[in-house]
Amino acid sequence: MRLFATFVVLGFRRWSTYRLATVAGAFTNTVFGLIKASITVGAIGAAGGELAGYDAVTGATYAWLVQALVAPVNVFQWSELAYRVRDGDVAVDLARPADPQLMYLAGFLGRAAFQFIPRGAPPLLTGALVTGLALPATPLPYLLGAVSMVLAVAVSFGCWWLVNLVAFWVIEMRGIATLYVVSLSVLSGLIIPVHWFPPWLATLAALTPFPSLLQAPVDVLTARVEGTAALGVLGVQAAWLAGVLLLGRLVFARGTRKLVVQGG
Amino acid sequence: MGERLRPYRVLVGSRMRSQTAYRRSFVSDVLGSVGIGLMEFAEVYIVFANVDVLGGLDFAAAALLFALANLGFSLADMVAGHADRLPVYLREGTLDAFLLRPLPVLAQLITSDVSLRRLGRCAVAVAVFAVALPLNDIDWTPGRVALAVVAPLAAAAIFAGLFVCAAAVQFWLVEGAEFASAFTYGGAYAAGYPASIFSLPMRLLFTFVVPAAFTAYLPVLVLLDLPGPAGLPQWLGWCTPLAALAIWAVALAGWRAGLRHYTGTGS
Repeated sequence: MRLFATFVVLGFRRWSTYRLATVAGAFTNTVFGLIKASITVGAIGAAGGELAGYDAVTGATYAWLVQALVAPVNVFQWSELAYRVRDGDVAVDLARPADPQLMYLAGFLGRAAFQFIPRGAPPLLTGALVTGLALPATPLPYLLGAVSMVLAVAVSFGCWWLVNLVAFWVIEMRGIATLYVVSLSVLSGLIIPVHWFPPWLATLAALTPFPSLLQAPVDVLTARVEGTAALGVLGVQAAWLAGVLLLGRLVFARGTRKLVVQGG
Repeated sequence: MGERLRPYRVLVGSRMRSQTAYRRSFVSDVLGSVGIGLMEFAEVYIVFANVDVLGGLDFAAAALLFALANLGFSLADMVAGHADRLPVYLREGTLDAFLLRPLPVLAQLITSDVSLRRLGRCAVAVAVFAVALPLNDIDWTPGRVALAVVAPLAAAAIFAGLFVCAAAVQFWLVEGAEFASAFTYGGAYAAGYPASIFSLPMRLLFTFVVPAAFTAYLPVLVLLDLPGPAGLPQWLGWCTPLAALAIWAVALAGWRAGLRHYTGTGS
């Protein structure tokens, strides 16, 4: 447990050194937020002022919160493990007296903890100024929302871990990583809320862990789901987390048995 | 002329052979690229599953808009998209090798990697374009036929110019490369939606600073004979090639300034 905490801190410190990159990333998240909020609000206006329970302000809030979460949840890119498998460095991870999956999870959480404010605050502040934000006035949604966000980050790690493990069998994993990001982009609610989906697509999304990455934490944070319904959402996230982590362990064990590291 | 282009033909040819050498990984890359195109179209589809008209465009018109914006961007991305890897080249000293050769550095950078896998996304855009054109009620005149042919090419030139602008900025902001993404990828994203849904300042930003509206929205207004929103009269749609020339003038000036600013990594 102490080791886990150390790795969280190391992850935090490692990312906090890239200051200009953090500012640049926050700027880009904000510009995309402006575009997404315009699309969301435009569509809600075209639908007569209300669409699947979102009005202009709650729709814009959805777009801004998603933009604030994109970096901490790490939607677009994580290929550290795949590179280490390709270069043979994964042998070093296996030699350490700690579980590789948990240590990388700790580093992933540390990175998220660092990015939470510098990558999340600029889009949210811009949203507050440009469109206004509809946020709950009671503390409970924030408390449950915090749990939901941590779960979202961890589920994201579990999924990326699985995608990276492909490197044990395939040398070039770019095509697979692209397919992962593509499916995630639609089904997580990254662009359009899952609640707007036609029924068949909503069913498809529910069969994947992707809504647990963005739609779930935003629903809990904005109190779109409350009380037992909110606990239900957290339960679904926790179940996906257990599932992807467990599957990740099994596949990793298979991969390492197959692994041949060239000497050097 | 043919003799002067020979080095580039050799460079591009070698890149193409190397990308297609590993058949399976090339196929999976192309499929990934098709997936990106489909995902972006899915977004338009989901919006129109909920509303009939967005920003004055119905689904057929929005599909035409999507196709023009996406075709322009994916062509530019295939030819010049890797220009945003310039910070990597700067850090690794690859650019120093370009400087040693007796060829223009920008031409070398662009021909250093033509990403054939991005053909997948172009194919999706072409397919949507082919389906959307007859679905829309277009009053074909010789001018509109010419615009329908020229607009995707001019759009590709505009996005390629944006990539070069973004690369030029990176000579100063090696660590802050993502600033430029806001304008290249952000511009491409905004280009796929009717500019009329944006607030007036954003509309002007994505027309006259980042000329994204010229790539698709303004030509679509001309093709469908629709009036433009405040600040964007329809006739601007005819100016798409001019917008491409303007952005390239800025891009080349910026690139030259950036290269002069560059002092090497000292490696």
